[in-house]
Amino acid sequence: MGITFRKETFRDDFTFKNSPEHIRRFPFPFHEDSYMYAVNIEPHVVGPKGSVLENLIDVDEHYVAEMQDRALVLAEDPLRCQSLPHMTLAGWDLLELLMEQQALGYPEHFTLARDGDRWRWINRPLGIDDTFTFGDTSTLPYGPMEYITRQSQGDFCILDQRDGNLWMDAGMVTTQADWSLDFDIGMNFFEWHAPVPLAHEKGIFTRALKFLTNIQQGKPARRLNWTMTINPRLDTSPENYHKWGPDRTTVTPENVGDKVHLRVELQSFWRLPRSNGIVFPIRCYLIKMDELVTQPKWARRLHRVIRDLPEELATYKGLTRYRPTLVEWLSKLDDGSATSPGFGPD
Amino acid sequence: MSTGTTRLDVVVSDVVPVNELVTRFHFRRRDGELLPTFSGGAHVVVEMRDGERTRLNPYSLMGSPLDTREYTISVRRDDVGRGGSLFMHRSVKPGLEMVISYPVNLFSLDLRAKKHLMLAGGIGITPFMAQTAQLAGEGGNFELHYTCRTASLGTYADVLRERYDRRIRLYHDDLDERIDLDRLLSTQPLGTHLYVCGPAGMINWVRDRAADLGWPSEAVHFEHFAAPQPGLPFDVTLAVSGKTIRVDEQQSLLEAIEAAGVDPPYLCRGGVCGQCETNVISYDGKFIHNDHWLSEEDHRSGCKIMPCVSRFEGKSLVLER
Repeated sequence: MGITFRKETFRDDFTFKNSPEHIRRFPFPFHEDSYMYAVNIEPHVVGPKGSVLENLIDVDEHYVAEMQDRALVLAEDPLRCQSLPHMTLAGWDLLELLMEQQALGYPEHFTLARDGDRWRWINRPLGIDDTFTFGDTSTLPYGPMEYITRQSQGDFCILDQRDGNLWMDAGMVTTQADWSLDFDIGMNFFEWHAPVPLAHEKGIFTRALKFLTNIQQGKPARRLNWTMTINPRLDTSPENYHKWGPDRTTVTPENVGDKVHLRVELQSFWRLPRSNGIVFPIRCYLIKMDELVTQPKWARRLHRVIRDLPEELATYKGLTRYRPTLVEWLSKLDDGSATSPGFGPD
Repeated sequence: MSTGTTRLDVVVSDVVPVNELVTRFHFRRRDGELLPTFSGGAHVVVEMRDGERTRLNPYSLMGSPLDTREYTISVRRDDVGRGGSLFMHRSVKPGLEMVISYPVNLFSLDLRAKKHLMLAGGIGITPFMAQTAQLAGEGGNFELHYTCRTASLGTYADVLRERYDRRIRLYHDDLDERIDLDRLLSTQPLGTHLYVCGPAGMINWVRDRAADLGWPSEAVHFEHFAAPQPGLPFDVTLAVSGKTIRVDEQQSLLEAIEAAGVDPPYLCRGGVCGQCETNVISYDGKFIHNDHWLSEEDHRSGCKIMPCVSRFEGKSLVLER
């Protein structure tokens, strides 16, 4: 049985919603009642059936709508997708990875057939059936990275590895939490993490870079990151701050449950075989408070995490203005009882 | 080698003598599938079951990355080494089932380069076999200078000349031919990247001259073919696992730790990647640091050691493993 793709929007009338099954599979990021940075990286291996980790590249009920939203973003701002000239080979690496993983995980929706360099790619949800020559950019309507990431959920940063560092030299970034590929392109790992507070002092970036530069073929890794967004907007870019920034002033005790969304990024890290680059897919999952609190454990725990978050982190994540309203609303759902260990709902 | 790299089950599909010192080995997957794609400059770690001992040696992949039906490596016989190359030459025959690691690349091409200038010495030619194949496929601009002792020891020199003609320059020691390095390095177009693989002396010579001539270090790439050196036996206490072990003359510290059932991470087994870095808890004696990973300050501090290539002489050594 295939996925039933929802018709929904991430702008204007904001009709985005999670089905009850998707609420339960939401990658809730807090395994305890408080939050602090850690190098929370683990091997990216297949997880339980029915979870977002059932396949290493997840496709879900929001796929078609997200791809339509991506096309709208790109039509307005083509700079959300950029690849420096030396990154084309890495783009082919990514195309192969995503086609393989999507066809493997969802054979009813995607098919990849190879005959030497002649490849045929069928994407049924988007109505695509293309034959092309692997390695020959002229046989595709876009460059290889743009072609496949217009058909894959999440943002993608492709990093070149040289001089013991990683360089953000290509990417497709349309669903980001307030950062910009156009600003970061060409920067190295320390440069693009410069705005993050506290973590530098803890030596986290030095250790993380060492780990990432040693990522091996066949052994991807992953971590979760999170923030909050007002309204289910995928595109919260600095370029469009004038559209989403003011939303933060609109949260009231009456609309918290509908407007405030937890935004979780499942970030994975893969060594690319031909280019020796690293690709860093950032898959964004959104859930509104009304949906999240249908799981009592998550409601109790989120209340404690947000209430006790260090001020610098709350500021960095842009929560300051509506945090008191949110904490007050969540506190009514926290009976003070203990939460069980682990991420999942009870 | 569970914590090192993902493994591949392969069968030796061919063994081909290349010259009096070098033999080429071909591997295919036991399940008949294609091997993983790789990039020019990558190596695999070959696991050798030599009686009671397991040897793990890294070798560069020298086939074309465009064809992954088989992997090929070339092994230079070292009669006074620790025995890995002798095992390959004497005991590895077609049909033998072996285990190798996934490819790892610590000597990657910089794909921004306008031109790739490659310098090889002896068996250091192997990574360039794959890199030139990769660049030729993409229409890349490269030039390879290859020094060997004699024409008959010019491993694959004929193949390279045949494939790439004047992009290959050969130098034979017995004819007193030497690379005019200063001239070569000072006449390259802007945007050239330099790659060198060969004996340590050659690598140091090239790196030093490049630095003196104003090459930015980011444009100079090198790969040491540093095998662990034998030395005096010594005893080590592993504090975390609570074991005391002996490192034999012909064994590396990393191999001794593995033989004791402890599984430290590793990638290169040649002192360059940093994966097996280990904290020293206490010591009485002196380190013989053979690695290229730790800083000089780290070496002086006595706080860290790279067990893949480094040794110790003295009374006691306690490591955090």
